[in-house]
Amino acid sequence: MSGNDRIVEMKGIGKAFPGVQALLDVDFDLREGEIHAIVGENGAGKSTLIKVLTGVERLDAGSITLAGQQVTVKSPLHAQELGISTVYQEVNLCPNLTVAENVLIGREPRGKGGGIDWKSMNQQAKELLRQRLGIDIDVTRTLGSYPVAVQQMAAFARALEISSARILILDEPTSSLDARETARLFEVMRRMKSDGVAIVFITHFIDQVYEISDRITVLRNGELVGTFETAALPRVQLIQHMIGRTMSDLDEMASMKRESAKHIRGEALLEAEGLGREGELHPVDLEMHAGEVLGIAGLLGSGRTELAHLLYGTDKPDRGVIRFQGREVRKYSPLASIRRGVALCPEDRKGAGILDDLTVRENIILALQASRGWFKYLSAQQQQATADRYIELLNIATPSADQPVKNLSGGNQQKVILARSLATNPQVLILDEPTRGIDVGAKAEIQRLVLELAEEGKSCAFISSELDEVFRTSHRIVVLRDQEKVTELTGEEDVYAVMEAIAGVE
Amino acid sequence: MMKKPKRPFQWSKLTESRLFLPLVALALILLFDLLFVDGFFDISYSGGRLSGSLINILRNSSTVILLALGMTLVIATGGIDLSVGAIMAIAASVAAIMMNPVIIGVELPPHLMEFINDPNFTFAPLWQVIMGTLIAATICGLWNGVLVAYGNIQPMVATLILMYAGRGIAQLITNGVRIQIFYEPYAFIGGGWLILPFSLYIVAIVFVLAWLLTRKTAIGLFVESVGVNARSSFFSGIEERKIKLLAYTFCGFCAGVAGLVASSNIKTSDSNNIGLDYELDAILAVVIGGTLMTGGRFSLLASIIGGLVIQAITTSMYAIGVAANAVLAIKGVVVILVILLYSEQVRALVRRVTAPKGVSR
Repeated sequence: MSGNDRIVEMKGIGKAFPGVQALLDVDFDLREGEIHAIVGENGAGKSTLIKVLTGVERLDAGSITLAGQQVTVKSPLHAQELGISTVYQEVNLCPNLTVAENVLIGREPRGKGGGIDWKSMNQQAKELLRQRLGIDIDVTRTLGSYPVAVQQMAAFARALEISSARILILDEPTSSLDARETARLFEVMRRMKSDGVAIVFITHFIDQVYEISDRITVLRNGELVGTFETAALPRVQLIQHMIGRTMSDLDEMASMKRESAKHIRGEALLEAEGLGREGELHPVDLEMHAGEVLGIAGLLGSGRTELAHLLYGTDKPDRGVIRFQGREVRKYSPLASIRRGVALCPEDRKGAGILDDLTVRENIILALQASRGWFKYLSAQQQQATADRYIELLNIATPSADQPVKNLSGGNQQKVILARSLATNPQVLILDEPTRGIDVGAKAEIQRLVLELAEEGKSCAFISSELDEVFRTSHRIVVLRDQEKVTELTGEEDVYAVMEAIAGVE
Repeated sequence: MMKKPKRPFQWSKLTESRLFLPLVALALILLFDLLFVDGFFDISYSGGRLSGSLINILRNSSTVILLALGMTLVIATGGIDLSVGAIMAIAASVAAIMMNPVIIGVELPPHLMEFINDPNFTFAPLWQVIMGTLIAATICGLWNGVLVAYGNIQPMVATLILMYAGRGIAQLITNGVRIQIFYEPYAFIGGGWLILPFSLYIVAIVFVLAWLLTRKTAIGLFVESVGVNARSSFFSGIEERKIKLLAYTFCGFCAGVAGLVASSNIKTSDSNNIGLDYELDAILAVVIGGTLMTGGRFSLLASIIGGLVIQAITTSMYAIGVAANAVLAIKGVVVILVILLYSEQVRALVRRVTAPKGVSR
C-alpha cells in the first residue's frame, strides 16, 4: 500500500484541559481499508485524540485533513456528515426497541401518508446487517434480547447506515465481549476493511492488536511515541513504547532505593494468601514487608486495581485470606483497614478520591476523622494543624486550607488524597496510580516521598502503568497479567524482564 | 510572622456567605410589605404577649422550620423525605390517644370517665405523651432510614411508602376518629405564649440540638461528605449507611416535634389534614436555604430563613387580600424567582458587581 490513499491526516494536534496537556503535537493518519490500532495507557490521550477527530472536543492546535481537504470538525453530527462514525465502548442504543428500529432510528423509510413503512424498514435493516456485516438475525426482536456482541453489531450497522461511513472508530469495542464474540466482531471488521472502510481500533488488549491491526499508533502522556507497521513491531517493543523507558536521571533514585533497602525487615506486615475474587482476580499470594516498596506492574485490566481494592477492603474477596501482622483479617471495609493501619490512595481520583466541594482541610482530615468516629471530633485547631502540616510536607499549592479542593490542579488534588491517607498514620500504604495525569515535577516528588515513607518503616505498594516509575521506586515487583499474578521479580533485575513478563513472552 | 495589612470591607465576603441569598429573598418580601401593607411592621404588647404580623410569621412558620431542620440533613446526604407530613399525622394521633384512649375502646374506671372532657384531665402524664409521640415519630424516621440506607431503595420511593401509608396508620391508631384534645397544658405547646409564641422556643431548642449534633461532632462533615460523593466517602472510611440512617431518623424526630406543635395548636388529631403538603414546604425551605438537592454543603440557619421566606410570602399575600387558593400559585411564581436568583448567571453577576476593584486575589 502506498501513502497516497490517506483518508485522514491529523497534524500537530494539541489539546489542553485545565491543568493537563492532554495532547501535544500529535500526528496521526489513516489509510483506506486499514485497521489502525491506537494504544496507550490511561491518560495517554487516546480518547482525546478521537474526541478531537469526531468533533466532541475542539482542538487547540494542529489541523485535520479529510481526503485531501482541510476541515474543521464542528460537532459529532458534523463528523457523521463527513463520513466519520463512532461506536463507543458501552452500547448506547435502546434495548427496548427492535433491532431494525435501532439501526434505522431517525431515518425510517416512510410510507404513504407519512407513517413509518415497517415492512421495508425491517427489510432494509435485515439487508444491511446481512450484506455489510454478514449476520442474519430476526430484526423485529428487541435489541435487548440479543447478546452484547449482537448489540455491538447493531451499533456498527447503525454507524455505517448513518453516514455510509468511510471511517469507523471503535472505542474499546471488545471490552465486554468474550472470545467467541470477539472473533465474530473481527470477522465483521475484516469484511468492512475489504470494502475499503478505514477503521480506528482502540483497545488495551495487546493480543487483539496483533490479531487484527495493520498499523499501530502508540501514545504516551499525550504525546506521540510513533506509528508502526504491526508486523514489524515485536511485542516487547510495543510494551516498551507504551509504558516508557528513558535512561533519565535514575542515579539519585537508585542510591536512595539501595539505602532504604537496608531498612527492610523480614517479617511480613501484610500478607495475602490465595486472595481473589470471581471475575476480577485469580488467587494471588503476596507479602508486604515493613520498610519496603512493593511495585505492582501490569497493564490496564490486568487486575492491579482489583488487587488494591481487595487488600484495602473496598471489595470483599470470595477466596483466600489476608493477614495483618500475622493475624487473619475478618472485617473487610475501608474503615476497618484504616483503623488497622492500612490506607489506600485510589486510582479513580475524581470518582473515589477527592470530595470536590469540601475544602482542602476537610479533605485531608476526612479519613483520620472517620477512624476516630463521630464524636471524637477534631477541634478546629487540630484540623488546621494537620492540614498545614501536610500542605507543607507534600508541598501542596493552595492559597489556603479553606480552599475548595476542586480549585486545585490535578497534581495537587492527588497530593491532597495522599495527605488524607498519610494523616491516618498507616503502616501499610497502597498507592494506586498516584502519579497519573500529573506533571513530571510532582511525579518525582511523589516517588521520592514513597521511598522516604518506606525508610520510616512503612510498607508501600506502588501501582503504576508507567513501568519506569515502578522500577525506579520498588524493591520488589509483582507482575500481573490477565487478572493473574504471573511472576515476582526483585528490583535488581532488568526492566526488560518485567516487560517480558507483562507482555507474556515465554 | 508578618503583620496582616488592614483589609477594606469586601462585599464579596458577604455575598459568598451561604446566608446571603436567603436573606436577600426575605428582605425583598419584607420590602414589598413595607411598601404595600400598612402597619405590617407594627408590634404591640399586651397581656404578656407580643403580637403583630412579624410575630405571626414566626409563629406560623415554626412547624415548617422544624421539618426543614430534619429535611436539611436528609437532603444534604443526597436524599429526600416525602413522609414528614404523614409522620406529623401519626405523631398527632399517638399524642391524642395517649391523652384520651377511650375512643379506641379502653375502659376507664367510672370515676375517671366523668373527667374525660375536663381541660385538666389526661390519661398519661404530659411528659409520657411527649416521649411516646417522639419515639413513635423517630421509629418512623428509622424505618425510612433502614429502607434507604440498608434496603438501597431510592429515597423518593422509600419515603413515598410512608407518605401514603402514614395517614392510614394515623387513622388506624385513632380508630378513624378525629379526637378532640381538651387537655390545656398540651395546648400550650403550640398555642401558648411566653412573651413570644412558645413554639418558637421549641424551634430554638431543636435548632440548637441539630446544630450541636452536626457541628460539634463530625456528623455534619460526614453528611456533607456523603452528599458530595458517596463513593469517595466510602473509600475514606466513612460509614455512609449509618450516616444516612441517622439523617432520616433525625428527620422523623423533627416531624414528631412538628406534629406535637401542630396538633396542640388546633387541639385535635386530624389525620387527614395535619401536616398535609408540609413536606413540600419543608423541601422548599431547604432549597431556598441554598442546600443542593444533589446533596453536599448545608446550613441549618439558612434553611430556617428559607422557612421564614415561605411563611412571609403566605402572610404577605393574605395581608394584601389574595384568596387562600391563589396563594399557592403565587408561591409557585416565587419559587421560580428564587431559582433564578440562585442561578449561576445571577451569582456571576453579583460577583462581577461586588468584586473588589483593583485588588488582585
